This record gives sequence, C-alpha cells and structure tokens, in this order.
Amino acid sequence: MDEPRSSGPAGAPVGRRVVLGLVGLGAAGVVGGASFSRRLSDWLAPAELHDPTGLLSTLPVGPAFRYYSVTGGVPRRNEQSYRLRVDGLVAQPATYRLSDLQALPQTTFTSDFHCVTGWSVPGVEWSGVPLSELLDRAGPAAPARAVRIRSFDGTYTESLSLEDARLPHVVVALRMLGGPVSHDHGGPVRMYVDGHYGYKSTKWLSGIELTEREVPGYWERRGYPLEGTIGE
Amino acid sequence: MTPVSDTGSTLARFTPAERWVHRSLGLLMGTCLLTAFVLYYGPISLAVGHRHTVELVHVAAGYALPGPLLLGLLSSAYRRDIEVLNRFSREDWRWLRSKNRRDGSFDVGKFNAGQKLNAALTAGSVVVLVGTGTLMFWTGLVRLSWRTGATFVHDWFALGLGLLVLGHLWFAISDPEAREGMRTGLVSRRWAEREHRAWVRSEK
Repeated sequence: MDEPRSSGPAGAPVGRRVVLGLVGLGAAGVVGGASFSRRLSDWLAPAELHDPTGLLSTLPVGPAFRYYSVTGGVPRRNEQSYRLRVDGLVAQPATYRLSDLQALPQTTFTSDFHCVTGWSVPGVEWSGVPLSELLDRAGPAAPARAVRIRSFDGTYTESLSLEDARLPHVVVALRMLGGPVSHDHGGPVRMYVDGHYGYKSTKWLSGIELTEREVPGYWERRGYPLEGTIGE
Repeated sequence: MTPVSDTGSTLARFTPAERWVHRSLGLLMGTCLLTAFVLYYGPISLAVGHRHTVELVHVAAGYALPGPLLLGLLSSAYRRDIEVLNRFSREDWRWLRSKNRRDGSFDVGKFNAGQKLNAALTAGSVVVLVGTGTLMFWTGLVRLSWRTGATFVHDWFALGLGLLVLGHLWFAISDPEAREGMRTGLVSRRWAEREHRAWVRSEK
C-alpha cells in the first residue's frame, strides 16, 4: 500500500479515503439523520434552556423553526391595524379585527410542523378560529369550490379546496407555542393547515377569498405540488 | 511535480490554470456560504427576505462549485497537484502529530499535510452538500424522513465547511507570501525553502 509508485508521489491515498469517508457519512446521515437529530435535540434540550449565550439554539441540533419571507420586508400589524377580509363567492363578505377573531369560538390542538424541504418541529401547540367557522358565517355561494388565501406581505398566496378548508384542524391561528403568534412566525394572525406542508400555512394572513377553483399559490407556481399533503 | 523555473530568487508555484481554479472556486464558495447564512439564520432570513431568489442563487452557485474543480483537470499541472494532495507520506503523519511543525525541521513537499487534509475535507464536503442539497431542492425525490436527514447532514457539513474556509482564510491572512504565490504564481526561494523545502529540492 505504501509502496512508492514509479511515477507520482509516494504515500497512501489518504485524500481519496477522506473524501469517500465523508460521502459515506453523508449517506448514513440522510438515512438515519431524522431519528439521530431528534435524539440529539432531546439530549440537548435541558442545556439549551439554561444556555445564557443562546448559541446552542442557533446550531443545527434538531427541531427549530426556520423563518421564511418571500418579500423584502413585511409591515407589522397590531391590535389596532390588523384586518382580515373574507369575501369572494359568499353571501356575507366581512372584515374582522383581531378582537373580533378573539371573540369567536377557538380550538386548540398540538401537531407536528413539517417543512417540505425536510426540517420539522414536533409538538407545536396551535390555537385559533377554525376556518370552517368563518366560512359558515360568510355563507359560500353555490359555485364556490375553493378558498384563496392572501398575506399582507403583499405577495404570498395559497389555496385550499373548500373540502380541505372545512377540516377541523385548519385554523386561523391567533396563538402558537403558548403565546400570541409573533411577527416572525406570521403574526398577529396566520393560517395553520394541519396534515399539510408548511407552505400551505400562510403567514401574515390578510384575506380569504372564495373561488370557483383552486388558484396555485406562490410556491406552487414555483414547482411545489398543489395538494401539499404530508407524505409518509 | 511542477517544474520549478529557477529565475534567481523566485520560483514558479502555480500556473494560470491552477490560479483560475482557485479564484473561481473561491468566488462560488463565498456565494454559497453567504447565501447559506441568509437562508439559515432567522433574523437575517427575515431582514433580507426574497427567499426564492436567495435560494436560486445558492443552488446555482452550489451546482457550479464542482465546475472549476473538474475543468481544472484539463491542466496537467493541476492534475499533478491533485495527485500530490491525495498522497500522505510518513513525513506528513509526523508533521500532523508534531507540535513544532512550523520550525523548518520537516521535509514538506509542495503542500503540507494540513493543506492536504483541507483539500480532502473540502472536496468531500462539496460532494455531500451537492448531494443532500439536491434532495432538499427536488422535494419529490425521496421520502420525508430522508429529506429531514438530508437537511440535518447539509446543515452540519455546511457549518464544518464554513469553519474550514474561515481557517483557510486565517492562514492566508497570516502569510502574505503564500497569498502572493496564489495571486502571481511566483514565490521567493527563501519562503519556499522555509515552508516547502522538499518541493524546492525535488525540482533541482
């Protein structure tokens, strides 16, 4: 192995072994990384809670939200300035303030958040108004088959079939992770569509429009599937 | 090995092809790491926004990374460098283990063992990052749990590669003459005798 060859430098091909070793490690990580990272984060969770520097939570040690925005900046909306418009093919278009939404019946449940690209956060607590409640109040017209969801970032849109929109865990979320939805998480009001990838859960919710058919949303026009159902 | 043209006090260390590979790779690597930081670190992600654009720049630069490395193979000087970087001699292992590796008592060839290790770790990381990045970008390729694994691997390898590049920059900043060698292709005989004496000797 270490025998010098007649041409070329002598020594073992360590460089090649390092490259192949890394590739093997990477492949093993793709297959086993999901469960490994979960165990790693369980093990580190107590240390992370008492870490004064906050450095641990910036390391990729496991479940953590990543913050996506598709525009250059999102205006902040508060109790006074927030509005949610429900219109389109409905009998009763309406505009809700934050306090109006807070006064409606709320539902609370815990669910795993999955981004289509692979990161996920298990056991997130969500609380808000079921979308079906708002739809019932608006009274969808006969030709309405879908809802189009808008964001006050001015760009992002999403859509759901009317059938999916009526599922019990599709909510106009006012609270997540035990507090009000923060601006970075899409607050003060965002969608949460359980059983679907994160791109279906529009942040900075501003409008719900009943339509005849599903209009592909922001990421769907860029290649993601329209259904967005979480696979196995 | 690279023919050392001995013009008095300067030696030829890198050909134009080798310098072009280095510069192109550096530019693409910088683009990848900067956009990676924007995509990963929450406060910056939100401040910059435009996620889709940043993502496309990151992916394009990532797929381009192996380009200069492969195009370089057209140059025989670059191919010889790869062969030198690949092989670890007993002297290399001794160099890695020693505490006084910089005192000039080692027979260091064209590259020292640290540079060889950096080259191998960088090359391997690039392969892994391109592979896992592919699984993350084309979300229909593998099932969700493998995509989660790919994200986990991609994050850690990116962190590792980022630290390698920072270390590489650190050594470059602290050795102006090594930088000069990569910029002009030439180094002084005095510097070469101190840092790579076996390389100087092998070309005599």
